[in-house]
Amino acid sequence: MALENILILAAASLLWATTFRNHGRTWFMLIASVIVIFWLQPALPIRGADFFTPLATLVLVVLTWFITADDETRKQRKNVIILAIVAGVVLLLNLTRFIPQLQFFTASRPPQLETTLLIFLITGLTLFALSRPTRFSASFLTVGLVLTIGLFLLIKIPDLSLWLASFLRTLSGQSLTNVSANDFRWLGFSYVAFRLIHTIRDKQSGRFPSVDVGEFITYVIFFPAFTAGPIDRLERFIKDLRAPFAGLNLETFYSAGQRLLIGLFKKFVIADALALIALNDTNATQVTSTFWMWFIVYAYALQIYFDFSGYTDIALGIAQLLGIKLPENFASPYLKPNLTQFWNNWHMTLTQWFRAYFFNPITRWLRSWQKPMSIPMMILLTQVATMLLIGFWHGVTWNFTLWGLWHGLGLFIHNRWNDATKAKAATWAITPTKQSVLNISGILLTFHFVAIGWIFFALSSPVVSWQVILKLFGVN
Amino acid sequence: MKQPIKPLNVLIKGLLLFLLFNLVIAAWQPGVGQFSLYNAIYPGRERLPFGENPKQSYNLSLFDLDAMFASHVIAGINKADSEFRIIIVGDSSVWGTLLKPEETLAGQLNADNLTACGKNVRAYNLGYPTISLTKDVMLLSYGMQYDPDLVIWMTTLDAFPLEKQTSTPLVANNEEKARELASNYQLRVDADDSNFEVKSFWQKTFIGDRRAWADFFRLQIYGVMWSATGIDQFYPADYEKAQTDLEADDSYHDLTAPLTEDDLAINALEAGFNVVGETSMLLVNEPMLISSGANSDIRYNFSTPAGYMTITARS
Repeated sequence: MALENILILAAASLLWATTFRNHGRTWFMLIASVIVIFWLQPALPIRGADFFTPLATLVLVVLTWFITADDETRKQRKNVIILAIVAGVVLLLNLTRFIPQLQFFTASRPPQLETTLLIFLITGLTLFALSRPTRFSASFLTVGLVLTIGLFLLIKIPDLSLWLASFLRTLSGQSLTNVSANDFRWLGFSYVAFRLIHTIRDKQSGRFPSVDVGEFITYVIFFPAFTAGPIDRLERFIKDLRAPFAGLNLETFYSAGQRLLIGLFKKFVIADALALIALNDTNATQVTSTFWMWFIVYAYALQIYFDFSGYTDIALGIAQLLGIKLPENFASPYLKPNLTQFWNNWHMTLTQWFRAYFFNPITRWLRSWQKPMSIPMMILLTQVATMLLIGFWHGVTWNFTLWGLWHGLGLFIHNRWNDATKAKAATWAITPTKQSVLNISGILLTFHFVAIGWIFFALSSPVVSWQVILKLFGVN
Repeated sequence: MKQPIKPLNVLIKGLLLFLLFNLVIAAWQPGVGQFSLYNAIYPGRERLPFGENPKQSYNLSLFDLDAMFASHVIAGINKADSEFRIIIVGDSSVWGTLLKPEETLAGQLNADNLTACGKNVRAYNLGYPTISLTKDVMLLSYGMQYDPDLVIWMTTLDAFPLEKQTSTPLVANNEEKARELASNYQLRVDADDSNFEVKSFWQKTFIGDRRAWADFFRLQIYGVMWSATGIDQFYPADYEKAQTDLEADDSYHDLTAPLTEDDLAINALEAGFNVVGETSMLLVNEPMLISSGANSDIRYNFSTPAGYMTITARS
C-alpha cells in the first residue's frame, strides 16, 4: 500500500468511527474491503486481469463460505441480500468503465460488463448446483482445499505462472511475445489462501463458527490486513466484529493513532531509507569488500523487519479505529536469544498458522506410527518440512527453498544443541552477568544466522547468494 | 502521583510543535547542505551529484549547491603547498556521461601524475551535465572557494543561447545565487526571469520544501553505496549513438545567422573571467561531432548548424 492509500483508508475509517459509530459499521467494513481489493490491485499487462483478479478473489471467498457454512446459516435470506449488495458494488465499479473521472478505483479501465455478468451467472449456477444435494457433501471441502492449494501453486511456481499468463493472454487475444511469469500478480492471494485453508480445515475438524457471507467476506479481505496480514483467525475476528462498538473514545484514538504513526514511520522513513542501501540482486555483485557486504546485509535484515512490522502496525492501527483488534505479528524478533524464539516472534500469525495446520498434525501423525521414528529424526523432518513450506509460501523457487532449508536445519540444530547443553548452561550461568553474557551471545548469534538466511531470501540466484556469503567471510 | 496522559493534549501539543518547527525552518533556512557525511564517514564523490535513476546509479540530481559541493572530494582535501590544484567546469563531457570517474578529463590528468610549477597536479571534476554558461559561472564561483591554481572551462556554442541560461534546473532553483552573480559580475540575468523557482515563505517550511530535504537525506544515504561500490552512474549495456543523418534544417534555437550578442550570453564569458580574477583560466571550445551523414553540409550535428559563428577562445 502506498502512503496515500493508507492515509485515505485511515481517514475514511476515522470518519466512519467518529460519525456513525456502530451504525452500519459492518456494512462499511464489508463494502470498503470489496472496493479496496479492486483499488489496490496493481495494473497487469493482461487485458482486464486487474479487474477480474479481485473479482476472482470474491468468487473464491463466496464459494468457500458456501461449502463451509452450516445448512441453517447458508439458507438465511440475509445472505442473498449481502451477496446482491456485494455484486452491486462490483457492478458499480465495472460501470466506471463509462465514467473516466471515476476510474481511480481500478488500475485500468474496467472490462466490458457482459463478462462480469457472465461470471456472476456462473457463480450463481455453481452455488445453486452445490445447494442441490440433500446432504452437504464433505468432499466439497476437500475439493475446495485442493482448489485453493492448486491456485496457490499456480501463482507461486514460476513455470506454472508463465503457463497461466500465456493462457490468459491467449484468452484475451493478446500476443505472447512479451509473456512473463510476473504478468499475473494476484494481490493479497497469499493471505487470502491461508485464511481460506484455515476455515476449510476448521470446518473439517468441526471448529468452524457460524458466520454469514458478509462476515466471512469481511474476515478474508478485511482491508487493513488484506495485503500484508496479519492472518487472523475467524472465530477471533468475528468476536470483535459482532461486539458492540460504542464509537471511538480518546483512549482508543490515541492508541490507534500512535500505532499508525509508528507504522508509517517504520515503513516510509526507516524501511524506505534502508531500501536504498539494502542487499539486492544488483548490488550483491557490485560490492566487493567484506565490510560493506556485511553493511548491506544488515541493512536488508533491518529493512525487511521495519517494512513488514511497519505494515503490521498500520493494519493494527486502522483496524483499531474500527473496533477490531487484529493479532500482533512481531515482538522484537531480533532481540531473541535463539532461533526458536525468533520464529515465535517473527510473523507470528504465519508461524502459528503453520503450527496449527501443518507442524502439529504431521507430528501427531508421525507419532501415531506403529514403529515411530526417533525423536531427533522426527524433529528434523517436521522442522525442515515446515520451514520449507514457509519458504514456498513466498514463492516456489530455489532461493526460497534454500531459505526454508536454512531455517529448518537451524531450528533442528538449535533444538539438539539446547537439549545437549541446557543442563550445562544452567549450571554455568548462575550469576546475572553470566546470564547476560549467554543471552547477548545468543541474540548476536541468532541475529547473524537470520541475517545470513536473508541473503537466500533477497537474491533470486542461489549462486550469487553463495558468492555473497563467501565475501562476508573474506573469500573473494 | 503519575498524571494520566490526556491524548487530546498530546495531539494538540504535537501539532503545535510541528507547526512551530516548520515556521522556524522557513524563517531560519538552516542550510543543512553544509553538513555532510561525505569526506567524514564516506570518501567524497569524484564528481558532483547527478543522476536520473538513483536506484541504479546510487546518485541523484539535487539543487542544493552546498550539499553538492560538500559531497565532493574537493571539500574534504585541504590544499597542500605541494598541490597544483586544477578545477574543471563544463557540461556532460566534463562530468563524464557514460564514463567512469577515472576516464574523465580530470581522472586522466590525475592518472598522468603531472607536475606544474614544481607542484603535483591534482584535477577536480566540477562539471555538471546540463548546457548553460550561467550554470558554469555559478559552479565556477562556488569552486573558487577551494583556491584553484588553474581553471579549465570547457564549453560549446550550444551553451550560449540566452534562452538556455536560466532554464537549466540547477540555475532555475538557485535564483538567489544567480542574482548575486548578476549583481557582482554583471552577468546578464533578468530579475523577473520566469524560469526561476522562487520559493514563497510556505514553500520554505519543512513540509513545503520536503523534496529538497528528502534529496539531502537521500544523498547522504547513497554515500554508503558510493563507498561500497565506487559507482555513481548507471552504465547501460547499450545506448543510442549520436545522430549522424540529419534533417535539412539550418535553424538554431529559433535564432538566425549571424548571431549577435543579443542572441547569446557572450557576457557570461566575461563574468566567468571576473569570477576567477587573477587565477589563470583556460577557456576551451569543446571539440564536437561533425557528422558525415545526410545533410552534414547543413548541420554539424543534431544541435549545431553549420555556418554560424564560432567562439573565439581567450586566455
